[in-house]
Amino acid sequence: MLKILKYSFKDLSRSRWSYVYFFFYLLLGIVLLFLNNDLSNAVITLMNVIIILVPLIGTIFGVMYFYNSREFTELLLAQPVKRSSIFLGQYLGVAISLSASLILGLGIPFVAYGIFQSAAIWDFFSLLVSGGFLTFIFTALAFNIALSQENKIKGFGMAILLWLFLAVIYDGLFLLSLVYFQDYPLDKFSLVASMLNPIDLSRILILLKLDISALLGYTGAVFKDFFGTSLGSITSFGVLILWVIFPVWRIVKLSGKKDF
Amino acid sequence: MERLFIILVLFLAVFAGHASEIEVCKTCEISSIQKAIDFAEDGDLIRIKSGIYKENGIQILNKSLKIIGENYPVIDAEMQGTALSISANNFSIEGLKIINVGKSHTEEFAGILVSQSRNFKILNNKLDNVFFGILLEKSNEGVISGNHITSNARSQSNSGNGIHLWNTNKVEIRNNKIVGLRDGIYLEFVNNSEISGNFCKDNLRYGLHFMFSDEDIYTDNIFENNGAGVAVMYSKFIEMRGNHFRKNWGSASYGLLLKEITDSKLENNIFEENTIAISADNTNRIEYLKNDFKNNGYAVRIRGACYDNFFKENNFLYNSFDIGYTGRLNNNEFTENYWSAYTGYDLDKNGIGDVPYRPVKLFSYLVNRTPEAIILLRSLFIDLLDFSEKVSPVFTPANLMDSQPLMKKVSW
Repeated sequence: MLKILKYSFKDLSRSRWSYVYFFFYLLLGIVLLFLNNDLSNAVITLMNVIIILVPLIGTIFGVMYFYNSREFTELLLAQPVKRSSIFLGQYLGVAISLSASLILGLGIPFVAYGIFQSAAIWDFFSLLVSGGFLTFIFTALAFNIALSQENKIKGFGMAILLWLFLAVIYDGLFLLSLVYFQDYPLDKFSLVASMLNPIDLSRILILLKLDISALLGYTGAVFKDFFGTSLGSITSFGVLILWVIFPVWRIVKLSGKKDF
Repeated sequence: MERLFIILVLFLAVFAGHASEIEVCKTCEISSIQKAIDFAEDGDLIRIKSGIYKENGIQILNKSLKIIGENYPVIDAEMQGTALSISANNFSIEGLKIINVGKSHTEEFAGILVSQSRNFKILNNKLDNVFFGILLEKSNEGVISGNHITSNARSQSNSGNGIHLWNTNKVEIRNNKIVGLRDGIYLEFVNNSEISGNFCKDNLRYGLHFMFSDEDIYTDNIFENNGAGVAVMYSKFIEMRGNHFRKNWGSASYGLLLKEITDSKLENNIFEENTIAISADNTNRIEYLKNDFKNNGYAVRIRGACYDNFFKENNFLYNSFDIGYTGRLNNNEFTENYWSAYTGYDLDKNGIGDVPYRPVKLFSYLVNRTPEAIILLRSLFIDLLDFSEKVSPVFTPANLMDSQPLMKKVSW
């Protein structure tokens, strides 16, 4: 598996798209920091970019990579290698190279700016951690889609739909149900609903470091007691980890059954 | 001739009285403060040497005395009621340390209680573990300056205020430090007074609390981490300049609470990291000029019945919500403010954006109705909603906008 991971990673690091992705973040970080000069504002803008763009790139790139390397995969399948290690190796290759682009691309300008001397280091750190998690989650979901869908066009369509659902539509439904059922106690419901969507969850984890903590208190004790405590952050990270583990497990299962 | 002689004698007597000085110390002839006061004549100076004086209910009645403590002599009231109560004109109290004033649910025990007095000075005293710190009633024309009041208030019902003024006029409260009481400074029926340079921190309720007090000025005070920074209620003609409200953080916490205020002015204040920087309820004709709102949850939350308020040249920087608003009617004016969330352009380069800015977001309207929706703050869906509302306002007042938003931060 490690060998396949290495091949995938090397293959991707020769690919143009990884560099485009890397330079995009580098440019974004530099522009935000050196033209704006306000660290907390830069972190907020970055958060918007991360919770929208990272899942999108993860899904698209994952699906694209899987379809494009189909011939190589078929070649590998002819060799005496375990199926799970082929697909897991490819998955990890993609996910790791994407996260590396993200972390290096944003990390370099921030380190150059002097993040280590700044109080915003933890905001920035939570930003990168959630970005990494989102990459791993959405690449795994993309592999799931690509494995179960032979048709490329359908696969891309489903990947984009998945992103659209989790990034936009889910929140719309969530808000609608909040407004519709506003006569009922809703704190527990909204707590659970926000835990179920990885994009929402990472948004809240970042916001907790920024401005929401002031406003959460405003809505009632439940949010504050939950997200403000170490139990809350442990549960949140646990849910994020589950969001990685479940699709990866499904990759293993699907790839074991699939007929090539 | 005889009359002239009598006048001369009287004059001498008065002058002699002025000159006399009484010393109090543990080994002196007079070892108790109350005794010194009883002994003193009008206009005498009482000098209290350092040491611990376990006395309470010390009274000064109709004597113009000057009391000076050397190296902070301690008056320990041993949790038994008021330490020092005064009812006199032209007196001053300086350099005392008063501790352990008793708590009561029925009486207002204080470190220094001044009633029905005129022209007094209370300077540089230290008060610790008090119920009320300095309490003034029906007294006029005084100065309270440089005092340091601390206590450990735990519940609102069982604690008192740092500096409490009731029915008092023309008082200056300057450079005091008040930590850990119920209200830092409390004013009720107090007119024409000035409050400046005070530092109120960690008080249970408000840093500064105004009730029914008109024509007062407060400047250059710092209010930090109080239950709420300042509450101004039922007052008019108040001037607030150069104050710093910060870290009033929590579920029912405000930087500044305005309730039923009219004809007042806020200038050059800084609001930083408050859950709600200003909550305005039933306030009319207030001018907000050149204030900074930075990193607050809400910068200004306007509740019902606010008319003819005027916002000019304020900086709204990185607040979650710039303006919270209820209702669809607006009669307040926003002009030439700087909004960090403004995304317009300035083609003619005159420093004023060509597109008006709408500070009320649809999302803040939603959060008003369903507070739990706050959990969706800064999500993509909400940004889309806000954008569409900005293009064609349906739920928020259409005329609530800054038609001349500034492109650069106002520096003052």
